[in-house]
Amino acid sequence: MSIPLIGYRREGPEDQPPLDYAGYGSTALRHPKRPLVPLPHGLTEITGPMFGHEKVGELDHDLTRQHAGEPIGERIIVHGRVLDSDGRAVPDTLVEIWQANSAGRYAHERDQHPAPLDPNFTGAGRCVTDSEGRYEYVTIKPGAYPWRNHPNAWRSQHIHLSLFGRAFSQRIVTQMYFPGDPLFYQDPIYLAVPESARHRMVSMFDLDRTEPEWALAYRFDIVLRGREQTPTEDPHD
Amino acid sequence: MTEPLGVTPSQTVGPFYAIGLPWEDGPYVVPAGTPGSFEVHGTVYDGAGEAVPDALIETWQADPDGRFAHPDDPRGAVKWDAFRGFARVPTTPEGTYAFRTVRPGRLPSASGELQAPYIAVSVFARGLLNRVVTRIYFGDEAEANAADPVLRSLAGDAERATLVAAPSDRGYRFDVHVQGDHETVFFSI
Ligand SMILES: [Fe+2]
Repeated sequence: MSIPLIGYRREGPEDQPPLDYAGYGSTALRHPKRPLVPLPHGLTEITGPMFGHEKVGELDHDLTRQHAGEPIGERIIVHGRVLDSDGRAVPDTLVEIWQANSAGRYAHERDQHPAPLDPNFTGAGRCVTDSEGRYEYVTIKPGAYPWRNHPNAWRSQHIHLSLFGRAFSQRIVTQMYFPGDPLFYQDPIYLAVPESARHRMVSMFDLDRTEPEWALAYRFDIVLRGREQTPTEDPHD
Repeated sequence: MTEPLGVTPSQTVGPFYAIGLPWEDGPYVVPAGTPGSFEVHGTVYDGAGEAVPDALIETWQADPDGRFAHPDDPRGAVKWDAFRGFARVPTTPEGTYAFRTVRPGRLPSASGELQAPYIAVSVFARGLLNRVVTRIYFGDEAEANAADPVLRSLAGDAERATLVAAPSDRGYRFDVHVQGDHETVFFSI
């Protein structure tokens, strides 16, 4: 029996950072040196884990309410839509985030940055997109932090995100940045992405979604790969 | 036809993904105690042969009947109760990982022939700006492996061997070498 399958659109070097990037020292021993072998998309690549609400607790979307008190820092709303590259919403999909606290310190034993931990901030969140692909978090703005990649190296302020989409080939882990960060020019993780695609990792300040006298807002849309051709009928739409 | 939207670029999971990504039930493709289940376990190595203590392994596979827990499987979705098909495991400080699963069924290829059973794998790590994707085949499936279109398409026996897990007392052992003499074959999907 042969099964006609519609694969997902391939990405090119104009979309993604190279695995070997001299500016980011840790890539040196951690990138494959042999070329990747192109794999046609089969059942495995067009299906994938579809996690939704079963993974999400009541306060998982609000990183400012996960402890007895409020975390220190600038309260922000981070929201947006998850779309595929054809502009179609990706509904009911899990969006996971993790981040440093407002002082630029992660609640992780191996983070040695001498900035204070915040007993009221863990820095992990989960939420699920709605039927139109929308998601929304409340959190605090993460601080910049130093790292040892090169002398006086600092990471731009960022939030880590992880998404599944609806197929193994749509899986992505990325980082969301803030507009106009003065640290971009010296941050090789940001710079590893081709210049024409970097803006896709930078959120937009969103005055409309701001809650007056409570929190500023940033909008960040996430685009996953679309299908190679639009299925003629899709019962899930 | 309008231009497709540009996809969001990938970024590394970094050294601190353990704050957000590990799940308590992460290692269970099938629940503990599932008859016929076994562990797939191994170590992730870098190009200097050092174990990688901050990698994250994710897997995706069909059930023993070759069906996926997913509505886009045109043959119908999985019938197994509690079959998730997915595992997510961080490596330990020693660079090791393990997950519990069952042997997936054989899948038809695009041309209709049967593939050897395999588990799809994503490897994430600090120092990996994008995930790398590989496959775990089973060492005790010599006949199916010899006929498998993907394994056959690889350059040589040494490349094929990097994708084949060896039977062990716990199940199967599969080491990942992201770089080096024993570099694992990785796929672009
Ligand atoms: Fe980070």
